[in-house]
Amino acid sequence: MSKISLEDVQHIANLARLTFNEQEMESYQHQLSRILDYIEKLNQLDTEGVPPTSHVIPIRNVMKPDEKRDLFQREDITANAPSTEQGYFEVPKVIE
Amino acid sequence: MPNYETVIGLEIHAELATHSKLFCNCDAGFGGEVNTHTCPICTGMPGVLPVANLRAIEYTIRAGLAMNCQIATYSKFDRKNYFYPDLPKGYQISQYDHPLCYDGYVDFELEEQAKRVRINRIHLEEDAGKLVHGDVTGDKNYSYVDFNRSSVPLLEIVSEPDIRTPEEAIAYWRAVKEILEYIEVSDCNMEEGSFRCDANISLRPTGTDPLGIRTELKNKNSFQHVLAALKYEENRQTRILDDGGQVKQSTLLYDVETGRTSPMRSKEEAHDYRYFPEPDLVPFEVDPEEVKRLETELPELPSTIRQRFVEEYELPSYDAEFLTATRYIATFFDQAARSSGNPKACSNWIMGDLSALLNSAGQTIEDCQITAGHISQLVEIIQDGTISGKIAKDVIADCFNSGKMPTQVVQDKGLAQISDTSELEVIIDQVLGRNPKSVADIQDGKMKAIGFLVGQVMKETRGKANPQLVNQILRQKLQD
Repeated sequence: MSKISLEDVQHIANLARLTFNEQEMESYQHQLSRILDYIEKLNQLDTEGVPPTSHVIPIRNVMKPDEKRDLFQREDITANAPSTEQGYFEVPKVIE
Repeated sequence: MPNYETVIGLEIHAELATHSKLFCNCDAGFGGEVNTHTCPICTGMPGVLPVANLRAIEYTIRAGLAMNCQIATYSKFDRKNYFYPDLPKGYQISQYDHPLCYDGYVDFELEEQAKRVRINRIHLEEDAGKLVHGDVTGDKNYSYVDFNRSSVPLLEIVSEPDIRTPEEAIAYWRAVKEILEYIEVSDCNMEEGSFRCDANISLRPTGTDPLGIRTELKNKNSFQHVLAALKYEENRQTRILDDGGQVKQSTLLYDVETGRTSPMRSKEEAHDYRYFPEPDLVPFEVDPEEVKRLETELPELPSTIRQRFVEEYELPSYDAEFLTATRYIATFFDQAARSSGNPKACSNWIMGDLSALLNSAGQTIEDCQITAGHISQLVEIIQDGTISGKIAKDVIADCFNSGKMPTQVVQDKGLAQISDTSELEVIIDQVLGRNPKSVADIQDGKMKAIGFLVGQVMKETRGKANPQLVNQILRQKLQD
């Protein structure tokens, strides 16, 4: 029994702006379900009283002073853009 | 048909006035050539590491304290995932379940009624870039992206749905703006888009508790537009409910031209943001001692100052309102009032002559040459009789143009009032000698003529004679 439905795969694909054919969809349904099965194993552990952790190294408060320095040339920043116009990144029309 | 109660909540966004951006060292200031305040971090190049701007975090806490919030002892950043061309990384670094500030409130007045809106949370996030549609080359098939604003620190202030009328929403929004300006964390420039808000509005039958279905008005940066849009929505929803219909939950755009709202093309899966902790930034712990320090450094807030001006200086509330419009003018007036000891006179000069001079010169009080010292000295020299109130009008105009102190202007132009009795007596004798008819009239009991004689003395001295003294000497001489 798959934990992930084909609709779920479709939804995730939409969110990631990816398109798959039927075969690929089924393949991902299978793979994603297996990943969840694997993660499920962790649920066997008793995590009562253990706070959720997003960083394993106990580092806190890494911050920079508020100093401004524009160190980059615009040409370098836009160099890899597929298309630019008068210093702007040019993208397909987005309509609000 | 039932009566409805309107329920409004606001999400206010304010760009913080830091020097650099939230996670890199790029200039966070407004303006600049397109894409010149950019670097690999704020344009989302692969492999870069953001580092949080300490001042942005301090400013957020300062804003939280000014709005009576609890300050988190533990906080972190999260990723909010969605695709849009103004968001180079494909996610916005924001705060999800551990906002820096929560559970606060803002007090303000609306038509002399005290109001309180509770703050649900204040969190820190990065702003997006700016999209320009078609007007760069005129080619309508493209949009253009400028990342100068990308990753500028942005405060999000989320209210509880405590607001009951569109007017109240605007008053609350103004109160928040005033606080942020006073504590100097944001310049709240609405034209430049550094201060804007989203509004949620729903209706429910009066006296009931559950909230109705709401609509959301996006990204407004004008008080008038939000007011008009909320009023329009209020009417539209009333009509739907009266007709037995149901309001559709949606995000709306307000068209300034037509004065109507219309649904925004829904971004697919708009609310599936898949927040998760930002792995590139470590969490932070806020030191309570540090919070205490920030709290002590907090300036007096506008509502407190207004109250003080009314109570301590006995100013009318109209004056108090005017003189607290900005922190600068409040400090300016406060200094003048204290040093002259005559708050109402200072208030009159600031609200009257100084404002008129500023208006006609197109200047603001911040960039003009008049200081609090000018106002207090002006008030003092009127009080001690050095100049009359009438001459003072010319003096302040001169100070305004030259920057000179009032006493300097009085000295340079010889404007000091003549209060020397013997000097005045000489002039009065001359005037009496030239006007035997008036003298006769007065001696016949026509006391009105004394006004004419005072006028002649003032004319003779080009307005510099002390009028009370002239009057007194004249009466004495005529009685003899």
